[in-house]
Amino acid sequence: MAGPDTEGHWRATSRLMWIALAIWAFFAFVIHFFVNTLNEIVILGFPLGFYMAAQGSLIAFVVLLFWFARRQNAIDSEYGVAEEE
Amino acid sequence: MATESKAGSGDFLNNLGKVYGIYAGGFLAFVAVLAVLEQIGVPDRVLGYLFVGFTILVYAIIGVLSRTAQVSEYYVAGRKVPAFYNGMATGADWMSAASFVGMAGTLYALGYDGLAFVLGWTGGFVLVSVLLAPFLRKFGAYTVPDFLAARYNGNLVRLLGVIVLVACSFTYVVAQIYGTGIIASRFLGLDFTVAVYAGLAGILLCSMLGGMRAVTWTQVAQYIVLIIAYLVPVIILSAKNYGIPIPQLTYGQALQDITAREQEIVAQGLNVANTLKPHVAAFLTYDRLNYFALILCLMVGTASLPHILMRYFTTPSVRDARKSVAWSLLFIFLLYFTAPSYAAFAKLEVYTNVIGQSLDQLPAWISTYSNLGLVKIYGVTLQGLAGSIGAVKAAIAAGAADMASVAVTLQSKGLTSELAAWSANVDPVKAVVFDAVKANAAATAQDIFNPAIHAAATAAGNTTNLLGHSGLSIDNDVIVLSTPEIAGMPYVIAGLVAAGGLAAALSTADGLLLAIANALSHDIYYKMVDTNAPTARRLTVARILLLCVAVLAAYTASTKPADILAMVSWAFSLAAAGLFPALVLGVWWKRANKWGAIAGIIAGFGICLYYLIGTRYYAVGFYEMWSGLSGASEAAVTKYNDLKAAFEGAAPEAKAAAWKAFDTHAQTIANWFGVRNISSALFGLPAGFIAMIVVSLLTAAPSKQMQDFIDEIRRPKGKELMEGGNLVREIH
Repeated sequence: MAGPDTEGHWRATSRLMWIALAIWAFFAFVIHFFVNTLNEIVILGFPLGFYMAAQGSLIAFVVLLFWFARRQNAIDSEYGVAEEE
Repeated sequence: MATESKAGSGDFLNNLGKVYGIYAGGFLAFVAVLAVLEQIGVPDRVLGYLFVGFTILVYAIIGVLSRTAQVSEYYVAGRKVPAFYNGMATGADWMSAASFVGMAGTLYALGYDGLAFVLGWTGGFVLVSVLLAPFLRKFGAYTVPDFLAARYNGNLVRLLGVIVLVACSFTYVVAQIYGTGIIASRFLGLDFTVAVYAGLAGILLCSMLGGMRAVTWTQVAQYIVLIIAYLVPVIILSAKNYGIPIPQLTYGQALQDITAREQEIVAQGLNVANTLKPHVAAFLTYDRLNYFALILCLMVGTASLPHILMRYFTTPSVRDARKSVAWSLLFIFLLYFTAPSYAAFAKLEVYTNVIGQSLDQLPAWISTYSNLGLVKIYGVTLQGLAGSIGAVKAAIAAGAADMASVAVTLQSKGLTSELAAWSANVDPVKAVVFDAVKANAAATAQDIFNPAIHAAATAAGNTTNLLGHSGLSIDNDVIVLSTPEIAGMPYVIAGLVAAGGLAAALSTADGLLLAIANALSHDIYYKMVDTNAPTARRLTVARILLLCVAVLAAYTASTKPADILAMVSWAFSLAAAGLFPALVLGVWWKRANKWGAIAGIIAGFGICLYYLIGTRYYAVGFYEMWSGLSGASEAAVTKYNDLKAAFEGAAPEAKAAAWKAFDTHAQTIANWFGVRNISSALFGLPAGFIAMIVVSLLTAAPSKQMQDFIDEIRRPKGKELMEGGNLVREIH
């Protein structure tokens, strides 16, 4: 019996890891470099730069984690290494 | 699910939604009953006792019902905690007394810069899910050092892992028990030491009999209490002030109002001391480097703290571990995205109704917290005045005839606590206290509060009769605790907040204690001392060690160690620098080997610890050695040299005071490139990675067996590699 394509699985997993970390780095650091510029935009009273640190990035992290869990599950199934239900 | 389940626990697991739904409904009904009791005149103190007593009783019942005699239940809750509930438990595990009570206060004080904590304490969960938790779950360990020992062949790495674990978890757990003592003593009027040991009893009841299984199900219950307690007051406040019960939305308006008020305060000349920092402006407390360094250290620290990682050992599958991290962050997010609204509402209240008001007409909540010493008006508190009155009475009784002789008299009688209370006042306040007591021995702190704050304000250069910005100082804890009172809510809401704070402190303490005790019982005792110990003995040892660690932590907390809160923030840097490289490279880099891991842990943890201790406790020596790397300004260096000369030239009796001034200043400039010691992992983390990579490459590659082992933890499919705390097959 031919085993599952474990190398392909790890390549896909690694690629997803880098994508997830890039999104993480963007919302953890990069966007906040521009806080002073963003603060000039005000929505519902919130200066945007302040809002991103207080809520925006947090929402992005939560969404990212649910998306990541789904993507990784899909990769596991695609390469035949997912757990049995 | 391959694991066996007992009949009783199976029913429980199938009905979790119902059980916790009834529990949450019951808790709300309980709050409603207390509200009714308050209306019919039951005193506040009784309500407080009922609140805290009832919630702790419920946790204890859950803890006792979850008792177990099985090793896998004790260490990993039988690996059958559904992702959603494990998310809640992790939320409670994660959010400490500091998050619940202190975070909003930090945001109040620091404005935008405080958001580094909000970001740092949430974003780290991305690293947990992407880099670590699913792989550790597949491996099937009981503890984090278990994984290190298997991956890096042997007990040396295991021992280093345990050392880092204990170093970062112990001060953290002491701070939680300290937090339970503070909350219980403030709300119930219990003696602090009694409150600490009462908290200890609560913690032990929840964890000792059932280990991880009991801690998990109490943490879910504690999460429900803490999130209700955190959201309710601020939702009511938002509905009251803005008509919409969504504080996270309405505080935008408050931010605008704060900014407008800030400009008025400056225009009215109430900011003479230049202490006002605009709330939404960035990088006023932390410069850019420190702001981003802090975010990085807190995030990486989150991903390395063993009491968090081990929560994901309890899910039924690898897939559930990933899902569970996402749920965890959602539940944590609910609190953290609310905290800035507390800060904004409190700041608006203070800027509108306190700053700029007549010193004689401050709002009532000021005196409530002044009584506890938590709100100072030009350095004066009701608590301090009460202490000073006592000191003056004692001094007069001992023969002091005038103000100047009070200190000498107290000194000669050895009344050190009275002397400390007295010496904390500036001279004009001393005069007010002394004259009042001399004229009327029955004078109370309340009587002399107004004259005292006027005297202190004048001494501080304010003769306007209006409270200036620099005249008010508020302890961080007050922001959350005072919100119900500021908004004019009934006492029952304040009691609810106390119960929530206690839930936050107890749940985190449970998780940390279990992490420490399990590392000692499983990694040290079972794996290194008595590898043939039967199950019953392993569990007995685990429980005894849990008891010992808990008592030691409670004892340490009861001594009120001065630096305890600062040390908690060190835990993140220590965990990040000590454990993160070895954990991440262990999964993601097959070439990483034993010697690399040893070098990485020692270098990362060592440099981090050196920086923390050097900059805090040996600041002068640290600065002398590294002055070339210090971020000190020229003025700061000049001041350093002046203070140094003053210390060297000081007379013997003035030496101590001169040293204190010298050392305090040295702490501000003892650093590398201006990085604060809370972010010391900025140096430790790269050092750990570099040492680990270089040493791994210089020594032999891991065996074929080890490479296969790594492949297996990377694949979700298949059985765990450990069973009952032992490797299924040996790896050489």
